[in-house]
Amino acid sequence: MSTILKTEKLDVSEEQHIVAVRQAVRRLALEIKLSLVDQTKIVTAASELARNLLIYGGGGEVILRTLSAGIRHGLKVEFIDEGPGIEDLELALRDGFTSGGGMGLGLGGAKRLVNEFEIDSAPGRGTRIGITRWK
Amino acid sequence: MDRIPILTMGQFLLVTIQVDMHDRLAMALQDDLTTRITTSRAKGVLIDISSLEIVDSFIGRMLGNISSMARVLGAEAVVVGMQPAVAITLVELGLSLDGVHTALDVEKGMQLLRRYIGAEFEESLSDVDDPEN
Ligand SMILES: Nc1ncnc2c1ncn2[C@@H]1O[C@H](COP(=O)(O)OP(=O)(O)OP(=O)(O)O)[C@@H](O)[C@H]1O
Ligand SMILES: [Mg+2]
Repeated sequence: MSTILKTEKLDVSEEQHIVAVRQAVRRLALEIKLSLVDQTKIVTAASELARNLLIYGGGGEVILRTLSAGIRHGLKVEFIDEGPGIEDLELALRDGFTSGGGMGLGLGGAKRLVNEFEIDSAPGRGTRIGITRWK
Repeated sequence: MDRIPILTMGQFLLVTIQVDMHDRLAMALQDDLTTRITTSRAKGVLIDISSLEIVDSFIGRMLGNISSMARVLGAEAVVVGMQPAVAITLVELGLSLDGVHTALDVEKGMQLLRRYIGAEFEESLSDVDDPEN
């Protein structure tokens, strides 16, 4: 099991907040001394998910946590919205699937960029996505 | 709203992205560049992203759009200076940046642009019948 070292919350209700999420993720990734490539990966994944949260979820909350598990440190970022939810998760995760005008890379790409990816979503219940990158 | 400055260097336009762009700023740059290519009749566009710490699907799409719009307007765009960590991440994200020319730095990007333009120049010369022959 891991213990939480630090928790931060960000509200995402406008486009500028996506930049704020990227910056917070970068700062905490540096704090737990992730390598530059790993920092870049989790910041990029967070940017994708924050944008989805705003565009499709109608905005919501981002919770950042630094974790410690023995000698390992990690960064977990959760994206929580109360939007329409995702009907077909498998389809939404597929590269190239978009219900908007995107490239359909965000979800599948974000999943590839992190060590752990959890998604919980159902129509009418909103969407909750968690990503974790370990050092 | 702030905008990313576009510099003119002879027949080229140069853009250096130095801030963490929010989406609307990226869209504005795309529009501004398209307008400037037309008004300045630029033959090439150099986009320096060496200060960019990430390229996500939104920025990636913008770079692709700029490249195709430049081409439609008779110019070529080259993206220069992508950081290695950004390039690695981009591939894993699944973005291929098809149709986007890239070069290591501004210097190499300029060489590439000159080559494209030179080729075009020679092509147009061979189309013309030289009256002295
Ligand atoms: N938070 C969310 N709430 C509701 N639907 C979502 C949410 N996130 C993603 N989706 C759905 O999943 C689809 C796929 O998302 P993904 O991020 O992979 O692609 P995209 O956003 O359409 O395009 P891209 O991210 O490449 O610009 C979206 O088109 C949308 O239908
Ligand atoms: Mg997306």
